[in-house]
Amino acid sequence: MSSETKKILTTDGIPLEVSLKKAEKKNKIKAFLLVAPLLLFLVITYIFPIGDMFLRSVDDKMITNMLPKTFKAMEKWENLEELPPEEVYRSFYEDYKLLAENQQHGKLGQRLNKEKNGFNTITKKLFRQIKRKKIDESASIKEQINKLHKRWRNVEYWLAIKRTAPPYTVAKYLKGMDMYFDSDGSITQVDEDRRIHRILWLRTLEIAFFVTLFSFFMGYPIAHLLATLPMKYSNLLMICVLLPFWTSLLVRTASWMILLQQQGLVNDFFVMIGLVGDDNRPEMMYNKVGTYVAMTQILLPFMVLPLYSVMKTISPSLMRAGKSLGGTPFVAFWKVYFPLTIPGIGAGCLLVFILAIGYYITPALVGGASGTLISNQIAFHMKTTLDWSFASAMGLMLLTGVLVIYWIYNKLVGVDNIKLG
Amino acid sequence: MSKNPEFVKFDKVDKSYDGKVLVVKDLQLDIAEGEFITMLGPSGSGKTTCLMMLAGFETPTHGEILLDGNIISNIPPHKRGIGMVFQNYALFPHMTVYENLAFPLRVRKVEKDEIDKKVDKALSMVSLNGFETRMPAQLSGGQQQRVAVARALVFDPAVVLMDEPLGALDKNLRESMQYEIKHIHESIGVTVVYVTHDQSEALTMSNRIAVFNDGKVQQLSNPAELYEKPVNSFVAEFIGENNTFNGEVIDIDKDKCKVKLTNSEILANPISVKSKGEKTTVSLRPERALINPTDKMDNMFTGKIEEVIYHGDHTRVRLNLLGSSEFILKVPNSTSNLELKVSQDINIGWNSVDARALDPK
Repeated sequence: MSSETKKILTTDGIPLEVSLKKAEKKNKIKAFLLVAPLLLFLVITYIFPIGDMFLRSVDDKMITNMLPKTFKAMEKWENLEELPPEEVYRSFYEDYKLLAENQQHGKLGQRLNKEKNGFNTITKKLFRQIKRKKIDESASIKEQINKLHKRWRNVEYWLAIKRTAPPYTVAKYLKGMDMYFDSDGSITQVDEDRRIHRILWLRTLEIAFFVTLFSFFMGYPIAHLLATLPMKYSNLLMICVLLPFWTSLLVRTASWMILLQQQGLVNDFFVMIGLVGDDNRPEMMYNKVGTYVAMTQILLPFMVLPLYSVMKTISPSLMRAGKSLGGTPFVAFWKVYFPLTIPGIGAGCLLVFILAIGYYITPALVGGASGTLISNQIAFHMKTTLDWSFASAMGLMLLTGVLVIYWIYNKLVGVDNIKLG
Repeated sequence: MSKNPEFVKFDKVDKSYDGKVLVVKDLQLDIAEGEFITMLGPSGSGKTTCLMMLAGFETPTHGEILLDGNIISNIPPHKRGIGMVFQNYALFPHMTVYENLAFPLRVRKVEKDEIDKKVDKALSMVSLNGFETRMPAQLSGGQQQRVAVARALVFDPAVVLMDEPLGALDKNLRESMQYEIKHIHESIGVTVVYVTHDQSEALTMSNRIAVFNDGKVQQLSNPAELYEKPVNSFVAEFIGENNTFNGEVIDIDKDKCKVKLTNSEILANPISVKSKGEKTTVSLRPERALINPTDKMDNMFTGKIEEVIYHGDHTRVRLNLLGSSEFILKVPNSTSNLELKVSQDINIGWNSVDARALDPK
């Protein structure tokens, strides 16, 4: 069958497929040229940075480049339970001396200290000895270094150096999940009282989930009203929905702070109508309540708009048909209307969830101690500790999380079902 | 089994949407059990509003609607048990054909076996067996339409409403569906209220037709009477083709009247004129005027051919006659074909009984 179709020729004897390709080539080029600027823009501002982020997050070349001779010598270190042979000591001494001459030794100390506490002290000690030229290069380097500090006589420290040999590491990712490589190189969890990242991940997911849920329950009726009201009212309502969009994020967040604080308008109103006493005004800010309220309001349009665009296409006669066939208004809604809005629900929830998972200004301002989310941690490492590779690792973990959610969604509902407008 | 002649009754029904304009004015309409009644009228004439009030999607502003003697104005749509076929079919796009048909039965908690039986019966009625698992989007327009009809009938409603169900189909399909719906109606004897603006559809299918205009029923009669004996000039104009003369009655007796046109006089059948001096519009069907009449006719004139249009089964001839150049003749395509040429003079005649003197336009 397929071989027969391939043989179809045009009147001039050119195979039909070739002719078709030729005819469509111009259109394809035109289409490509139209998207080319955006494609270029995306490659420069999106693909490259993500690639760079990934490289940064796994990069561990610093020590590899600082101690080339040492790592080469370490390849011959076989019995890992004993201290390395003289050759390793000598290579390390030579590498270190070179670093000291280039004023690079401090970086090495810091980096090794991250790998195992106590390195900073003993490398500084070695540096002073080298500076004062007290190391006799003709004698055994191993003995001289071992004499400097008892830690140099501990095989753990040498193993720590050996662990830093590979140019790439997943240590940052493990750190993001509160895990690390222990001295024998196996993955271990950090002590229970220091597992901050896991709490942040769970809190981020929890807040994103509830914000999505609240936006859905508030956005669905609004979208329905928007889609069914006569034009002049629905336009007004649409402006009300979009108004927050046109206001700066910071202004909106600040106004929520004015409304929700303990001496704020909402509390004043509660006191005025006698709902609560003046001396026990509820905390509505600097906790999760504040975060939920402010984020739901800010993200609501992202739920309403996809829902609205889907509902707009549902013919009102379908609900009428459902009722005329004997369905109560609820049955008609649940069996007919609701299933038809699922593409909009999917799009809205996905949009709100993905945006919520990466939010950080609003929760940081109104959420108090509980408002620190994973994005705040990323920003903290970007700006304060300058541990960019860790920030990159967490950013990528967040991105992967979003992609996983997208994948699950695709499996459950199907991405073709998403309708944004 | 005696049929209830007032199975559906509109009793002095008014409907207004804005409190200023009446869309339906004092509607009085009885529909007999098992009847196929069509509401025909131009758009905005109130016919669809009447249907929606009967279905329960609109409430009458005044008056009552009765179904089998019970007032239904306060019964919500889902409890009325009225089947409805919508303009764009309103098939549920996320359900298969089977699920669409089973919907009214499932909400009525019918047993599974019974549902299968009824769905099968309804589908065979519209000859769509084997389409159970298709989605509506996989069906052609005509097939969707049949599913919609089957769905409206599957739960054995007493009344089925159809709101311009054939509007979206092409001409040939529309005609065959007209016969199909007519036959279904004849075989199961359900009461059908059908809304359309297509007069030929109404004439083909209905037992009776209610012509709507301006919120009022202008005439309610069977198709033949509606066409042959329109009671006013709107109906005459709206149903079929029509030659009109505007003039003034100058002489009248029991079954004849003389109407003065601008510069001639014709004899007509007085329908809604009563006395001398009244203004009137005389209506004459094109096929009732003959060329070169052999019998003696009481209206005989000479006109000049302005235009000849060939239509296959007949030829339309536009004449300049009695000071109007809009006089239309329909000449059937028979073996004794006349030579008709533009600017030729021909003799035209008609009987005064066919020229109906109606209310002035």
